[in-house]
Amino acid sequence: MALSVEAQQARLGRLGLVFWRQARRAPLFPSLALLLVVLAAIFGPLVSPNDPNAGDLSKALQPPAWQSGGSAALPLGTDAVGRDILSRLIWGARISVLVAVVATAVGSSVGVPLGLIAGYYGGKVDSLIMRLTDVMLAMPIILVAITIVAIFRPSLMNVILVISLGIWAGYARIVRGEVLSLKERDFVALARVAGASPAHIMTRHILPNVFNTIIILATLNVGTVILFEAALSYLGLGVPARTPTWGAMVNDGHQYLSVAWWITTIPGLAIVFTVLGANLMGDWLRDALDPKRRQV
Amino acid sequence: MQRYILGRFIQSLMALLGITLIIFILSRLSGDPVALMMGGEVVTQEDIDRIRVQLGLDKPLVQQYFIFLGDAIHGDFGRSLRYREPAFSLVLHRFPATFQLALVAMSISVIVAIPVGVLSAVRRDGLFDRFGKIVALLGQSMPGFWFGLMLILFVAVGLGLLPAGGRDQPSSIILPALTLGVFPMAAIMRLTRSSLLDVLDSEYIKMVRIKGAPEWTVIFKHGLKNAAIPVVTLMGLQIAGFLGGSVIAETVFAWPGVGKLAVDAVFSRDFQVIQASVFMVAVVFLAINLAVDLVYAYLDPRIRYR
Repeated sequence: MALSVEAQQARLGRLGLVFWRQARRAPLFPSLALLLVVLAAIFGPLVSPNDPNAGDLSKALQPPAWQSGGSAALPLGTDAVGRDILSRLIWGARISVLVAVVATAVGSSVGVPLGLIAGYYGGKVDSLIMRLTDVMLAMPIILVAITIVAIFRPSLMNVILVISLGIWAGYARIVRGEVLSLKERDFVALARVAGASPAHIMTRHILPNVFNTIIILATLNVGTVILFEAALSYLGLGVPARTPTWGAMVNDGHQYLSVAWWITTIPGLAIVFTVLGANLMGDWLRDALDPKRRQV
Repeated sequence: MQRYILGRFIQSLMALLGITLIIFILSRLSGDPVALMMGGEVVTQEDIDRIRVQLGLDKPLVQQYFIFLGDAIHGDFGRSLRYREPAFSLVLHRFPATFQLALVAMSISVIVAIPVGVLSAVRRDGLFDRFGKIVALLGQSMPGFWFGLMLILFVAVGLGLLPAGGRDQPSSIILPALTLGVFPMAAIMRLTRSSLLDVLDSEYIKMVRIKGAPEWTVIFKHGLKNAAIPVVTLMGLQIAGFLGGSVIAETVFAWPGVGKLAVDAVFSRDFQVIQASVFMVAVVFLAINLAVDLVYAYLDPRIRYR
């Protein structure tokens, strides 16, 4: 089975080419939106014009540059303690992207193996795992968040923990469904006859075939995760207040809604922009990776 | 049917036991209850031991759990540290507000979603269909709390039409109910559309058409009735969403419900109230789910005999 180094390189090259061909067809708005947010998250400290946490009370509640009273130095205005909204927005992208990536990784690495096991073995293991997903999918996850945060205090770790708890069941369910039909296929039967272990069959023969589904689900999940992180931060149950997050920024503006619309509106637009990008990308991927849907 | 009801009932009880177990474990993880009660007061070891015995904390954990469970069934979660009142009666007192909000929100979403869903299926790519698509896309991408705040900004502050919060007058409920209802609305709308499209494409609808039935009979009597099954399922699933969303809507609009009570309790570290509200919501939630499933089994015999 072992491939020579050249053959492996050739295979990687082909895969890269396939990937590039698909990527070139990716729709413009979602790609640009996600790229922008990811770049802001990575290079935030370098590009943000001001310190996101340094407030200057003499410049408090300054409107965006295009309104009278605004200045070009603070293009999106300032909040109630005079902090630069643009800088906070750029720094806020970090938390959103970080939580989206880590929580999706944790949630899927719990859910996918459980789904594989449930679907492959069936029987009691299957019904146990599925009852567990039933409970998880039915629980209002915000209650879990309230309970966990009340006890362990708000922190980045807890936000990731809560969101991972909320999303793993979705992966388990979908992977299980796919495995149920895949395990009846001839190539799985052949592998079994050839003496492959269940672990080998699951990881080498079944997993590659559900990979597309996982990628699609993960992309569609990014939006949900970002929305949930924002909601937790808005409620004050998210990442502690010193770190700028979009949700907490929206909350900062709540009291000043009638005098300073921008504090609330702008970070909310950033959330909508990012989530819209992720959702449209997920929709596109679903159609692009699934030939059955493409024909319809 | 009786076997199904019994099985489903036992399942709900198991879930409730699981939830009380989680609440119990978490409450014991949250640190020493005695230290928490004492705050920073200076007390002797004898005082602490006396209170531990009084609270039953000297007993084994398993026994403590059963005591906790017994108290929970009687609605006894201890007194709120903040309000100096029994925690469960605080929650009960706030519950009607949450229920009212969820009911109005659900009514709004169904009243809008079903007709728009039907119209967008009947007139595909028409005006309503496009409207539905935009609402669905935005509904998936917009944070609920931000939508609520934008309603305050435009409707309450901008136009000065409706109250921006509180529960002082009947019109106070409109904005929070819209905030809570708009997301399920988008989902119900899209599902009604796709489900009705599927049904209208089926053989028996073609048969009804061939028989010469008028179009509205085809759509409402034969089409919608059959398209309703997945829609009703979705509405059942949305109940969790309503209970979760009410936390957000109540916080944005200072609506005095259970959700706001629970969030406030987190900040004042009022564990008795958190436990009582999580328990209450879980019970309501499981009861509604049970009811939905039973109605379902009654409507669709295939579920009963599975």
